[in-house]
Amino acid sequence: MKKGGMKSVGQSIRKVDGMAIATGKPVYTQDIAMSHALVVKILRSPYAFAKIISIDVSRAEKLEGVECILTYRDVPKGRFTLAGQSYPEPSPYDRLILDEIVRYVGDEVAIIAAVDEKTALQAMKRIKVAYEVLEPVLDFEQAIGHATIVHPEEDLHVNFDIGLQKAQNIASSWKEEVGDVEEEFKRCSVVVEDVYYPQAQAHAMMETYRAFTYLDHTGRLVVVTSTQIPFHVRRQLARALQLPASKVRVLKPRIGGGFGGKQTGCVEAFAGIITLKTGKPALIIYDRQETFSCTTSRHAMRLKARVGADHEGIIRAIDLEVLSDTGAYGEHAATVLSCVGHYTLPLYNKTRAVRFTGNAVYTNKMPAGAFRGYGATQGTFALESAVNKLAEKLGMDPTEIRLKNISKEGETFLTGQGVLLGSSSLDRCIEKGKEMIGWKDKFPCREIGNNKVRAVGMAITMQGSGIANIGTASAEIRLNDDGNFTLLTGATDMGTGCDTILSQMAAEILEIPMETIVLIAGDTDTSPYDPGSYASSTTYVAGGAVVKAAKELKDKILEQGSKFLGVSLQDVEMDGLVVRTVSGDEEMSLAKIAELTILGTGNLQLVGYATQGCEVSPPPYVAGFAEVEVDQETGKVELIDYVAVVDCGTVINPNLARIQAEGGIVQGIGMALYEQVNYNDLGKMATNSFMQYKIPCRKDVGKVRIAFEESYEPTGPFGAKSIGEVVANTPSPAIAHAVYNAVGVRVNHLPITPEKVFLGMQKL
Amino acid sequence: MQIILTINNKLVTWDVEKDEMLADTLRSHGLLSVKKACETSCCGLCTVWVEDKSVLSCNILSVRVHGKKVTTIEGVPKEAEEFARVLTAEGSEQCGFCSPGFIMNVLAMKHELVNPSEEEIIHYLTGNLCRCTGYMGQLRAVKTFLGGALV
Amino acid sequence: MFTLGDLVQPENLEIAYQILSDKRNNTILGGCAFLKMGSKRIGTAIDLSNLNLRYIHETDGFIEIGGMTTLREIETHTLLKEYFNGVLPKSVREIIGVQFRNTVTVGASVFAKYGFSDLITALLVLDTDVELYKGGRMPLAAFLKKPKEKDILVRLWIKMDNCKATYLNLRNSASDYSVLNVAVSKLDDQWTIVVGSRPRRADIASNASAALSKGNLSNTDIEGAAQKAAEELSFGTNMRGTADYRKALCKVLVKRAIMEVKVCR
Repeated sequence: MKKGGMKSVGQSIRKVDGMAIATGKPVYTQDIAMSHALVVKILRSPYAFAKIISIDVSRAEKLEGVECILTYRDVPKGRFTLAGQSYPEPSPYDRLILDEIVRYVGDEVAIIAAVDEKTALQAMKRIKVAYEVLEPVLDFEQAIGHATIVHPEEDLHVNFDIGLQKAQNIASSWKEEVGDVEEEFKRCSVVVEDVYYPQAQAHAMMETYRAFTYLDHTGRLVVVTSTQIPFHVRRQLARALQLPASKVRVLKPRIGGGFGGKQTGCVEAFAGIITLKTGKPALIIYDRQETFSCTTSRHAMRLKARVGADHEGIIRAIDLEVLSDTGAYGEHAATVLSCVGHYTLPLYNKTRAVRFTGNAVYTNKMPAGAFRGYGATQGTFALESAVNKLAEKLGMDPTEIRLKNISKEGETFLTGQGVLLGSSSLDRCIEKGKEMIGWKDKFPCREIGNNKVRAVGMAITMQGSGIANIGTASAEIRLNDDGNFTLLTGATDMGTGCDTILSQMAAEILEIPMETIVLIAGDTDTSPYDPGSYASSTTYVAGGAVVKAAKELKDKILEQGSKFLGVSLQDVEMDGLVVRTVSGDEEMSLAKIAELTILGTGNLQLVGYATQGCEVSPPPYVAGFAEVEVDQETGKVELIDYVAVVDCGTVINPNLARIQAEGGIVQGIGMALYEQVNYNDLGKMATNSFMQYKIPCRKDVGKVRIAFEESYEPTGPFGAKSIGEVVANTPSPAIAHAVYNAVGVRVNHLPITPEKVFLGMQKL
Repeated sequence: MQIILTINNKLVTWDVEKDEMLADTLRSHGLLSVKKACETSCCGLCTVWVEDKSVLSCNILSVRVHGKKVTTIEGVPKEAEEFARVLTAEGSEQCGFCSPGFIMNVLAMKHELVNPSEEEIIHYLTGNLCRCTGYMGQLRAVKTFLGGALV
Repeated sequence: MFTLGDLVQPENLEIAYQILSDKRNNTILGGCAFLKMGSKRIGTAIDLSNLNLRYIHETDGFIEIGGMTTLREIETHTLLKEYFNGVLPKSVREIIGVQFRNTVTVGASVFAKYGFSDLITALLVLDTDVELYKGGRMPLAAFLKKPKEKDILVRLWIKMDNCKATYLNLRNSASDYSVLNVAVSKLDDQWTIVVGSRPRRADIASNASAALSKGNLSNTDIEGAAQKAAEELSFGTNMRGTADYRKALCKVLVKRAIMEVKVCR
């Protein structure tokens, strides 16, 4: 379906929930929790690695207002994973609700439920724990073969081989190789190599983790939670609490951001088990410190990137060697690791050999999990930095080397298993970005006086749209008795606006105003199955399901309409809220059709239902360009301008797409320049507040400009691909490149702080 | 302790603990627009007005607003809606968690500054963190809302 | 979060001081931002809001600033914008945000002698006196050197002289603590160089200041003074920077500040 003349798709429509959330209506988890719910708090380990020798809660239990205190002795013994991944999860079942062994500073030791927060915290102080303190493994570069084994337990389980070698602290291994890289490197005219260290970035979503649980009128456990993955949470809780999944209902209300953090189960089991034990509603809210230090983060990594080209600048060989720090638990270890190569190597398809090898290791630190970009971010930082280095060595313009080497529409790539690229406008993105930033005049740098120098840098990136052969989503749309529509999906809007986008798509197919559609989502009892909003799936996969379901309903409406109008099916069409004959002389309103079919003798409620799979995962692309100003005496880097040109296929809602891009770029800017992660020698996270961990504030980001170069993805709804994650990946390599061009310093350890630049300049 | 205050133009008497912070008091009295998102007075989400000035309700003891005028977004529905329409037209409310505090500060800025430049706008709003939008859309909305020529 | 047994809002300073001295853990409340991040067990908390200490006046050739004046008031008051090239507004305007500065008080910021304080650095290059309830009036520098003692910071006095001044800092992120901050002032021929957030609190680089005052303000003199300042002061390492980097920064920022003041009108 072509773009021109579309009424809903392609329009910058206001989010359906926008006004309510902007003006502070009570629609988030804490707002709708029962006021008398028990308050749940967690006692946490002060040690990075320890065994609980004894735990005495008797004094705490005696405190008035304390309802229930649970220790490792009081919880089910079956291990599970909290991974927001489709079953069977590619994740080790390495968690217990409470364990006798604690594996990082902050790991849970006891669950306390009391009538209010004060009482719960007082009770916490009265719990006596004796630990046998063990030697932790804190440095991920020392983890393999370290004397300390983070997960020695016998009942550590994997659903299938992900390369787990627990005695080596390896949670997962990955290897992918096509051709002979060593041979190819020998034949290259120019080879560059470097090692890169992206940090364990924190999501820092504004609404911290929280869940509210209660037993409903049939004794089922209802969990209202700030999550991206209701269905996965239901499955996790069923396993963790040893209940049938049918006894659990998970609801997702409005939530205040996720970025992948809420793609891992977090607080639900704690509140859930309290409700099961006490029969009472329970509310758990993580504070900011817990959110920073007791949930999940991006995987910190060490990446060695080697790239080789011939004398014409054609990239012939790429070798990536990765060590990934998955922390104390391995939910997303395997998949993030695989995405490092999966979402970088296909960028350049003139290669004759590529290799990707990696290990994800356990350490005694807060676990890493899913974070927007999901390995592609780290991989892009390494690969694009190496390609920029290569360009310099070849004496080629960095944009030229990309244009010469990138995979183009209709082509395949070495690791692509013959799948052809259905859409790409990456070449146009690069050209457009070049123009917008003023590359010709600004590359590589210019002195502007007063010890300041300005320079530009660039990087490209790709991601996926859903997970090929795994992603799936179902949607249902029904015509109601009043002539309005209900659209049911399992997609999880975390502020991104997918509730709106999916309604736009349905409205477009049915040719109806959006106001006639009510979208219901995020309820495992009523939503059709959807893994949740992650892996950039919603627009592409859930959208595909919505389009199919809407088409099915449209056909049924037309069929009924033609019957009632007494004409053949070819003679009717949809038009706004009516079915009319093509000649225009007769029509029947949808409300009337609904009345005649649903009510009285109609005996027919019209419904469209569809399940969409994900045979391919068509990559979206971004070309990112940064202009920086570096103070040559202090090393301070000011961001002057950032341009990102995006290929996400057809843009369904330009405003929302633009904000996704701007938001993702700024998160990338934070990773590049400001977000420092620090642990002390004993494994305690020091950067566990907004005071210490600095996400970009308004003054930190300069100007961010977005443009779209639309391609048309044949497998996507209305030609759309994804946008959610790809936008986070370019800032680190582009800014690092600009800093190098400015002062000749390569900072490979993120973030790029003034001191690192300064020290680099000293060494020159 | 008992405090008497004017909340959203209504004179009320509330019972509060001595060490209770205003953000918690406001929420416990049903003003759920007030959000808490940090413990270090850094994020600005809890922004309300005391005597028409933007403050962080998370670090104000409730007893200290005795005799004072307190305003949350529930107390300025018309103005808030007017700006919210502009904000949502940009798509820049996103998850919405930072929006009420942000809107309160934008309205306070509108009352305090005359024809602010872009730099002045950014300076005034710096204390409101946002993780979703990247700030650009919010600035577009503010400029549209303030209208007129900007220096 | 702190706990408190009782909270009082005394009507005069005498009572306030009396209650303060009564018990070891009786505490004066400022903006509570820092207090909130700790877990102090306060006996009686003393709120000075009823003492009319929130003002900025001109009094007998001094700018008088009451202890309960907020940092935002420091930032926006016309008198402070006009005098000393606006060095005081400059020093506070980057601190977190407007809402934060609307609640944080001058009295608390100065009395607590915070290392990271930007305000103290700027105040120290001016002719600033601190007036304590018990300890009386003394120069800020003397107050900073005094051992910790219970008292109430009632007001600041800043001489309305012809001092030219500027304030510079380096922050990793715009709403972060300074990695280092610097203020420089010139009154007639007398130069004062102050460096703070080292991470220890502001201190006067007296040798460097003296040397600069004697010299001709040539580029060599200026660089020499900056170098001296970096050598005579001590610097430390924390999460935001190393001692070596701070020392190098000191040289650069002091030099720049002097150059700025040199051309001040």
